[in-house]
Amino acid sequence: MSAPAVSLTRRYRFPAAHVLRSPALSDVENERVYGKCANPGGHGHDYGLEVTVRGTPDARTGFVLPPETLDAIVEARVLRRFDHRLLNDDPLFAGARVPTAENIAIALHHELAGEIAARGSARLARVRVVETPRNFFDYGEAR
Amino acid sequence: MVRITRAIEFSSSLRYRVPDLSSEENAAVFGRAATSHGHNYRVEVTLRGEPDPVTGMVMDLKELKELLEREVEARFDHRDLVSDTPYFEKTVPTPENFALLLHRLLAAALPPGLLDGVRLYQDADCFVDVASDEVGA
Repeated sequence: MSAPAVSLTRRYRFPAAHVLRSPALSDVENERVYGKCANPGGHGHDYGLEVTVRGTPDARTGFVLPPETLDAIVEARVLRRFDHRLLNDDPLFAGARVPTAENIAIALHHELAGEIAARGSARLARVRVVETPRNFFDYGEAR
Repeated sequence: MVRITRAIEFSSSLRYRVPDLSSEENAAVFGRAATSHGHNYRVEVTLRGEPDPVTGMVMDLKELKELLEREVEARFDHRDLVSDTPYFEKTVPTPENFALLLHRLLAAALPPGLLDGVRLYQDADCFVDVASDEVGA
């Protein structure tokens, strides 16, 4: 039997600001849809990010992916880019792509998946964006 | 089908070391993890099954608690994973390998088919999941 796959999850955080307003909607509609999240001055969250990689632990090192490698990828691709920033200023959320936590989860998955796959045999299984202790958003494989 | 989860916490010391590498090579591969350090581990053990028609339980939680104390706490709490247990002579006690070991020990100790999976927290910001369906237990 080949060695079984496991999932490794690491948690990160990036306090950031956003404004939820769609250019496809009028001011009145934006305020109806997004409520206080449409405040033009913005608001922010202490975003939590959980990154789950799946794979078979290396027979020698015991790692699915060395933790320093995952930390460096997340630091370069996500934290350095979004920590203490206004998400709407990023090209990922230009135009009609409103930085809801749903869209953030999808965008971060796309940002991370390729480089994780390129660095070894593990794959990105899931991204969880924790917007507040009461709301979190998953994109990727089920547990 | 219902899933029930019980957690147990314990503290152990460890270091990462591949036996056929020199101390310098181990330090180069594993960095600070190559020196002795410790973690407050937390294991969440999830069982699955139909509640017993009489008792309403998938498994008596008191029995599960005692099993976890016997299988996990007695083996690993306030021990060194490398020098005080027989499990890491050839493998490195990464959370990946440790979670697979815990899954194997618990699958063997529990009634067949009951163990759904194991989640091992190495600390609040790092955990590993092992699913029985993938391991073939």
